[in-house]
Amino acid sequence: MYGTGLLKGLGITLKHALDTFRDDSKDVPSRYADSIQLDNRRRIIEQPIDQEGLLTIQYPEEKRLLPERFRYIPMLIWDTQKNEDLCTACGICAKVCPPQCIWIVRDADENGRPVARPAEFYIDAAVCMSCSFCTEFCPFDAIKMNHDYELAVYDRYPQLVYDKEELTVPVEYYAALWPSQYAAEEEVRQRKEAEARAKEEAKAKAAAEKAKAADAPAQKRSPEELQALKEQAAAKAKAARSGGAAGGEDAEAKKARLEELKRKAQERAKQRKEQGE
Amino acid sequence: MSDAVAEAPVADAAAAEIDASLPYNNAVPGAVLGRWAEESDGGLIVAADKLIPLMTHLRDKEEYDFLSSVTCVDYSKYGGKLRAGVSERFDTVYHLYSTSKGGGHVKLHVRVPENDTVPSATAVYPGANLQECEVYDLFGINFEGHPNLRRVLLWDGFNGHPMRKDWHEAYYDEDAKPFKSRHPAKGYEFHEDKLPWGKNTTYPEGWDPEDWREPITYVPVSQAPGHDELGELDTESIVVNLGPHHPSTHGVFRMIARIEGETILALEPEMGYLHRNHEKIGERNTWLMNMPYTDRLDYINSMSNNLGLALAVEKLMDIEVPERASYIRIIMAEFTRVINHLWSIGFILNDLGALQTPALYAIEEREMILDLFEEVSGARLMCNYMRFGGVVRDLTPNWIKRALYLVHERLPHTLDELDRLLSGNEIVKARGKGVGYLSPQDLIALSISGPMIRAAGIPYDIRKVDPYCIYDRFEFDVPTLPDGDIYARYYIRLLEARESLKILRQALRDIPGGEVQGLPAFASATIEAGFGTIMGGRGGYSFRPPEGEVYQRIEAPKGELGYFLVSDNKANPYRYHVRAPSYINLNGLGPMSVGYKIADAIVILGAIDIVLGEVDR
Ligand code: SF4
Ligand code: SF4
Repeated sequence: MYGTGLLKGLGITLKHALDTFRDDSKDVPSRYADSIQLDNRRRIIEQPIDQEGLLTIQYPEEKRLLPERFRYIPMLIWDTQKNEDLCTACGICAKVCPPQCIWIVRDADENGRPVARPAEFYIDAAVCMSCSFCTEFCPFDAIKMNHDYELAVYDRYPQLVYDKEELTVPVEYYAALWPSQYAAEEEVRQRKEAEARAKEEAKAKAAAEKAKAADAPAQKRSPEELQALKEQAAAKAKAARSGGAAGGEDAEAKKARLEELKRKAQERAKQRKEQGE
Repeated sequence: MSDAVAEAPVADAAAAEIDASLPYNNAVPGAVLGRWAEESDGGLIVAADKLIPLMTHLRDKEEYDFLSSVTCVDYSKYGGKLRAGVSERFDTVYHLYSTSKGGGHVKLHVRVPENDTVPSATAVYPGANLQECEVYDLFGINFEGHPNLRRVLLWDGFNGHPMRKDWHEAYYDEDAKPFKSRHPAKGYEFHEDKLPWGKNTTYPEGWDPEDWREPITYVPVSQAPGHDELGELDTESIVVNLGPHHPSTHGVFRMIARIEGETILALEPEMGYLHRNHEKIGERNTWLMNMPYTDRLDYINSMSNNLGLALAVEKLMDIEVPERASYIRIIMAEFTRVINHLWSIGFILNDLGALQTPALYAIEEREMILDLFEEVSGARLMCNYMRFGGVVRDLTPNWIKRALYLVHERLPHTLDELDRLLSGNEIVKARGKGVGYLSPQDLIALSISGPMIRAAGIPYDIRKVDPYCIYDRFEFDVPTLPDGDIYARYYIRLLEARESLKILRQALRDIPGGEVQGLPAFASATIEAGFGTIMGGRGGYSFRPPEGEVYQRIEAPKGELGYFLVSDNKANPYRYHVRAPSYINLNGLGPMSVGYKIADAIVILGAIDIVLGEVDR
């Protein structure tokens, strides 16, 4: 009969609408089932794969729990124990970066000899395509992908040209964002250290080291911890970015600072060249 | 013809002798002059004046009825040894396939001196239309006899032909990445410092932007066989621009339609608004750097774009892929197909006026698949997941369990629900049945591929006829529908999505164990060896494939996606060309729309299923 197809279709839309209402009228709608309530309004939602009913979430109050491998803009890792950058300014990340948005100035000592650490490290986040090649190829685990995706600013330049200070995060932050990756890397590191030691020491002792290493960093981050870390990082980034007053002056100040840095970098390069000759 | 041309080897060789040992020379004497790049996936060198007879022969006698790709290579900076002694600057390259026999291609190279012309293949294969326009636009090759040769991606005031090796863009850095200014401090300049505006535009000689009016010479012309006897345009007909800024065009795309009343007399697609010269970027990039760029082609299906490039480079370099990685690739590619078909079903309906409801139902399920993509690759759309020799990382624990739930429970249910919601709907039927019809012969002649031709009864699916990866291990059907109209194009996607689920079920069942069980899951990334180790050791990001060329095509959700790569044994591809299904399927847009109402043009476009990232590249 003409029209039955239509009615059948309308039945399906009606069912969807009712499903959503039914779900929403529960105390805890299914999309909130595994979520973490941060305060009255804010939540982190982990959507179950079998969820029915309404699937949208109320960003920015509600946010998704991101998977560990989520990649956005790179960050530089600061070794809090040794109090230094892990980065050695080897330049591999700048070489593999597809849009060539990484710019590194290698540091030099008083005599102008290059030192294995970056004096400046820029990433133009407006150009970065979040491919994560830099992190894949860095031999020192010094650059990793950040999960912080709320980067909106008023001007592309210079705000989105991140310098070293803005990119740097402590290694604990990385360990919390990428727990299993960090654990795996740590394991390899430990094992390598252990192997090196084993050449000198007794085998038994090396094995003990390994066992210890294996169960140390492997716990999964709790979402609260994650959120706290994120907020910490956001606050830090904000502080770094504003460095005092907000708005136009800020941009001016930063631009001036960048100019100064650029000038210095060029000067240093020139010096080095002269010394080289 | 210039002086150089008169003594070019092409003419000489053809006149001198005919080598009967070369294929097709018996049928078309003197057509084939030699072989090119035999070591790799090379081709035949063809005399320009014999191109059309040879193509006619191949089409009529050898069943090579499908002109897959037309492109061009500018050899002026070629570093390889193979071109020694060849004076012509360009080669136009043609890949022909057979939709009846299946199997591999015949590849033709025509050597073209600078400023010379080539006969247009549109005489034999009307589907060469847009691709020849593109070659003309980007390389400045003139095709003689092309009905409507125009700048298709760039605008008329664009100076030069950017794919030529000597063309440099504004803010040109260097010919090849990595650029030296980035490390360690050799005076990198922020491009923003070079603004404000102005200095980066040049115009062709004698060109004045003030005088420019859009040329109206190309009052839409239709070229499909059987559609060229439009007769006199009625004087009362008017030209209507649909787009470029219009939601129905799925991006920034324009259709110029000549209509009479509501009936379309002729229609011409106009694109290029999103053109960024993907291929030029690709030739600056190292081989590996191109991987994330392919994500941006058809951004609905980054996984299958990745797969195409990975397979092409693996073919070029003879890289073996671990078993598990192949399975992972198939799983990703088929999930992508489900996503794409859900999306396109939703948006065909959107274009029909069923605003948002079906589209949102379809997208809901897409989110669930994207969650899975995000978990393994770190991104929902720009997955950048595959590498030469494998995939970047293994699946996460529990991933397969969730995927199994999707393919066994959730997705079949959704497809059934969409089927119930839409297939019987009287409005969908009334608007879809018999609209946008084009005969199977026309579709093939126009080089249209993918669901479009299967909806017209041609069981041509590269996964079956020319299997790649490990598709030959799976059991699945190639559904076809006889009608060749909008409704069939909607319904075929539903059927294909079901077949994809079939493949997924088998792949998820058979996939060999991961790292945990001691099986290398992937070649390119292990924590142990360091990420991105392709050819061993930490320097795996840079390698030099042997000299030669390769064409690899896959059955992407939208049709035949091909990568044509030329290597001259350098760290950067010498030529990197993408045969984009969305772009080439647009050949059919004009012929399909003629005679229907203007409201139908929207759906006809929707049912071709284009993504502008891929059309414009
Ligand atoms: S981040 Fe890593 S790859 Fe980049 S310069 Fe530093 S150490 Fe080298
Ligand atoms: S993520 Fe990719 S684009 Fe971004 S800085 Fe790293 S290598 Fe460059």
